[in-house]
Amino acid sequence: MSDYKNFTMNFGPQHPAAHGVLRLILEMDGEVIRSADPHIGLLHRATEKLAESKPYNQNIGYMDRLDYVSMMCNEHAYVLAIENLLKLDVPERAQYIRVMFDEITRILNHLLWLGAHALDIGAMSVFLYAFREREDLMDCYEAVSGTRMHATYYRPGGVAKDLPKIMPKFMINKNHNLEQIEKLNYNREGTLLDFIDSFVDRFPANVDEYENLLTENRIWKQRTVGIGVVSPERAVDLGFTGPMLRGSGVSWDLRKKEPYEVYKKLNFDIPVGTEGDSYDRYLVRMHEMRESANIIKQCCDWLKNDNGKYISSNSKIAAPDRDDMKDNMESLIHHFKLFSEGYCVPEGETYRAVEAPKGEFGIYMISDGANKPYRLKIRAPGFPHLAALNEMSKGHMLSDVVTIIGTQDIVFGEIDR
Amino acid sequence: MNKIKKLVDELVVDYSNYDMVTLTVEKSKLKKLLKTLKESQDLKFTQLIDLCAVDFIDYGKSEWETKEATSSGYNRGIYPQSHSRIDFINEDEVEEYKLTVVYHLLSMDFNMRIRVKCNLDKDSLIIPSVTEIFASADWYEREAYDLFGVLFEGHKDLRRILTDYGFIGHPFRKKFPLTGNTQVTYDPEQKKVINQPVDITPRTLVPKVIRKRK
Repeated sequence: MSDYKNFTMNFGPQHPAAHGVLRLILEMDGEVIRSADPHIGLLHRATEKLAESKPYNQNIGYMDRLDYVSMMCNEHAYVLAIENLLKLDVPERAQYIRVMFDEITRILNHLLWLGAHALDIGAMSVFLYAFREREDLMDCYEAVSGTRMHATYYRPGGVAKDLPKIMPKFMINKNHNLEQIEKLNYNREGTLLDFIDSFVDRFPANVDEYENLLTENRIWKQRTVGIGVVSPERAVDLGFTGPMLRGSGVSWDLRKKEPYEVYKKLNFDIPVGTEGDSYDRYLVRMHEMRESANIIKQCCDWLKNDNGKYISSNSKIAAPDRDDMKDNMESLIHHFKLFSEGYCVPEGETYRAVEAPKGEFGIYMISDGANKPYRLKIRAPGFPHLAALNEMSKGHMLSDVVTIIGTQDIVFGEIDR
Repeated sequence: MNKIKKLVDELVVDYSNYDMVTLTVEKSKLKKLLKTLKESQDLKFTQLIDLCAVDFIDYGKSEWETKEATSSGYNRGIYPQSHSRIDFINEDEVEEYKLTVVYHLLSMDFNMRIRVKCNLDKDSLIIPSVTEIFASADWYEREAYDLFGVLFEGHKDLRRILTDYGFIGHPFRKKFPLTGNTQVTYDPEQKKVINQPVDITPRTLVPKVIRKRK
């Protein structure tokens, strides 16, 4: 009997709980994990190398595809790095729009995380509820950028377009009659900001709904309490950031500690956990969603009373207005230059990070004075998290590995880059 | 800055300050410097946020310099001036490197960031591993090894991490073409998937233009 004690098991890459293309080589002792060796890179697209061969603005689209559930936050770090090298000022309206969409993105991310995590541990209905709310936020993305996910909305110097004056509505089709359509459109009569407002008003009740299903749920607690415990010191040493770090009780949030854009002017709390287990990280993320809704509300109120510029007026960097191009020679020249050659960024290097939903998403950019980045390093928050999987899962049961992958909020777009 | 200078002055070759304090250090003193930065009570750079390698071999090389533009048409962007435009790697060529490893540290207690750079010699790829000092360096070093071929001395498990099983070469070096060296196709005669050299030449869609600020 004892001769066969340890065996290796292959988990993934095509496993629904592997959140994409994670391949784990597990060394098992019966049901207990002795060591876990993640094999990553199955989604490696060499984003950093591709970025070195393209003018700055053409890379914004790649950023969406890194962490493909928190799209705009990735763009944010990238444009911040460029702005930092160019010493470019961003109009206040653009800063508010960015912060608002960062927080919308945070909710989008946490909703997907919550749904997928709960589904992995066996709670089906949360997934459906979470996707119901995500749909509305995707509509916000679509209203400003034309796409539901990969928005490419931020630009160095601001955002690509101003917020739309009308919110797109549903139309009558073979599945919905007039009455149903009117019901679906009830909060789409005003502007985008009105729609976001109405979302934010009802969202806390939705979070209550999720919490009703999970927080005191016996099965949920049995699956998450005491699983994947990380001490605060260890979390720092392992390079954890974001909810993974705060779940361990370290109060560190870049929105507070290194406030970028207008976070300084906004009121919000940073939730922290105490035990550093999966349950605490769940609580932290739930609380973060409420805080995000709170921030969105504040941005909405500010934006409603403002009519400023949404992008910098520096025409060497920011694309000219389409109408202006028709009868203004200067604008036409700027447009041609910007969309063929791009702009040259002065020599230097910078590291800019934002508090993405998963943690610190940083861009380290080196420019040699060209119209393309010389080197772009993406600091993805999920990378050190997954590196700690071995340590976190050691001694746990096989089914707990699924919990730990879930609680780390793994997305392969950003880990494999 | 003064605090840092006082503590690590004899270890550092060069200071600069773009967006954060940047220290350049010799390979032999790297570990000692990072250890000091981490353990000093006045600094406490306890977290290694990022570690990456940079290949500086093409730095400042432009692809687009117009010499003549009238009778014979534009001549810019045609002749390769940087390594990334050169055709595939010639393995016999004596390689010269210009690699740098960059460390980003974060001090949560003092809300400070610092960047440490360590230049590698042009004929060697070896640099001491810092996994003993920072646990998060483990995968970052594997990544730098995989993509740039930097060898971290003392790393316990220096395997490839991002590229495919059995991949040859270090793809993020400037000499490695963007198209890669091999392509995969299905060969109906052999009835299996085979690797063969790529049949497209690397080209530049938007040439790299360097403008020096006057």
